Amino acid sequence: MTIHEPLTESSASPTNPGTPASSGGLTIRGLHKVLGGRTIIDNLDLSVKAGELVSLLGPSGCGKTTTLRMIAGFLEPDSGSIEVEGQEVSHLGAENRPSAMVFQNYALWPHMTVAKNVGFPLKLRKMSKAEIKDKVEAVLELVSLLHHKDSKPARISGGEQQRVALARALVQEPKLLLLDEPLSNLDAKLRVKVREDIRKIQQELGITTVIVTHDQEEAMSMSDRIAVMNAGKIEQYSTPEALYARPETEFVATFIGSMNRLEGTLDGGLITTGTDILGIRPEDVILADAPFAGAVPATVERVVPRGHFQEVYVRRADAQLRSFVTGEPMQPGQQTYAAIRKAMTFRDGRLVAEPGAAL
Amino acid sequence: MAVATGSPAASRTRRPLTLDAIVRNVLVGLFVALMVVFILGPLLWLGVRAFAGTWTYPNLLPDDWTLRWWQVVVNDGALGIAVQNSLFFAPVTVLVSAVICLPAAYAFARFDFPGRRFFLISLFATNAFPKMGLFVTLAALFYALNLMNTVLGILVVHVLGTVVFMTWIPAAAFAAVPRNLEEAARDAGASKLRVFTSVTLPMALPGIIVAAVMSFLASFDEAQGTYLVGAPAFMTMPTQMYSLVLNYPTQVAAVFSILLAIPSVALMLAAHKHILGGQLAEGFQIK
Repeated sequence: MTIHEPLTESSASPTNPGTPASSGGLTIRGLHKVLGGRTIIDNLDLSVKAGELVSLLGPSGCGKTTTLRMIAGFLEPDSGSIEVEGQEVSHLGAENRPSAMVFQNYALWPHMTVAKNVGFPLKLRKMSKAEIKDKVEAVLELVSLLHHKDSKPARISGGEQQRVALARALVQEPKLLLLDEPLSNLDAKLRVKVREDIRKIQQELGITTVIVTHDQEEAMSMSDRIAVMNAGKIEQYSTPEALYARPETEFVATFIGSMNRLEGTLDGGLITTGTDILGIRPEDVILADAPFAGAVPATVERVVPRGHFQEVYVRRADAQLRSFVTGEPMQPGQQTYAAIRKAMTFRDGRLVAEPGAAL
Repeated sequence: MAVATGSPAASRTRRPLTLDAIVRNVLVGLFVALMVVFILGPLLWLGVRAFAGTWTYPNLLPDDWTLRWWQVVVNDGALGIAVQNSLFFAPVTVLVSAVICLPAAYAFARFDFPGRRFFLISLFATNAFPKMGLFVTLAALFYALNLMNTVLGILVVHVLGTVVFMTWIPAAAFAAVPRNLEEAARDAGASKLRVFTSVTLPMALPGIIVAAVMSFLASFDEAQGTYLVGAPAFMTMPTQMYSLVLNYPTQVAAVFSILLAIPSVALMLAAHKHILGGQLAEGFQIK
């Protein structure tokens, strides 16, 4: 996909591919919101670099959508500041902010055609008809929907509606693109494709983007950085790799990927009693037919086929462990040897020991 | 008829004449016959009557045909004025009612204010009491305010009769516009007024049109209040109808009812085309 001139013309917007915008991106300081006597957002700080794609990831009710709505201007924060490219926006209404949002259910206007939907923001900016037409067609081409420009939203598929919503946001050449659960209404296959499309377009335009999602796989595969949210706070803000390899809290470790959660201490490859929490990723539980260094005899208790791999529950003398196994299918009752390659140690919910080798 | 599961039921419905089918056909036939006799019958009689000279029992058709009654109606100055009055009061009523009620409907749909439910329910008050009682007390008030036999007085009576339609139906239509469609317009850079004119109003329009049509018909057919407040200075088609039935041969009343029905029928057809062929069908997938 190539980049189209009308979208890159504006020198004020950070949409020139490759070159990061002058300064800023998004900076949030001390954001606070109480709704109905309950603290929804608790003194939240977040900074997104220009051209970066950041996901707000967390379970429902963690405040991620509330945060996004405050960035977009639909909700007024009780206190705190929101800066987009160095400009304080928290006192502005949604219509005056330099951000554009893609809504969860797309929010396309049913009485307007696709082209009218996408052109509406430009019409509001008092552009000439010819200019609007050019820009709308360029952006529809970018999302490969030019052939549907005269269709009504009800006549096109969910994936196409989603791309129209994206086009309507992109055509505004926003300094900040906001996406609220953009993929949650699509089926599994389409979701993978659309998230790749979104990432590709975002990279091409170099547009600062914030995505709200509850789907860790979605966040991991699209984001430069992920802010894992819990109870109105950011638990950890780092790259997808770091989030998985070095989760700072037990919450993050449980939320991202899966892990064996055991109480005790890892001592010479064996789990002994203790008050710490051990987090062992399933891929760090190694199974083999023959004894090997650090391995302990184990019995296969349960096998769950997961397609590309098997989820195998084994019972050792010290603990029950879950492992991901590829290759030869295992059978319940089968004798095997299991070793723990590495483990994370949490105390009071926080990581105290780097996941080091246990062997 | 209890059809349980797949294949046996399918084969049963394919068989030509079961007891179910016979009963169903008889019931449908009976229903159609009743419709014809009680709805189409009087209309047919009306249509024939309007062109009948003399029509004596037990003849199925009139003894002779004439256009005389149409001439009587068209040439009668009073009737012409009645038609003019009706065609003035109905649209103006709709307009005034819309100006007063639509903002209220929007407020009922979008804002939660103290007494919201009370006001919404109390709109029914005008329809809850016998109309004549309401109009008699209204007349007393109108004498005091010098509104008797004035255009304004008649408009007040007509608008009162449309308040429920013009508030409840558009309120439901406004409430049905998803909030995030409005938010999306705000996000695109639209002012609150622009959001209303570009998104909220067009999406609520089918409901508003239905309300306008019902208000138009209510105003067009309003007779009691108009008679009390307006007669004899301002006669509309329905009030003129009363004197016609009493003072002229029945044929004239037949002609007049046909004339009275024309705007209503035309309006219904137009509304039907617009609503079922327009956005309601597009956006809400009603076919």
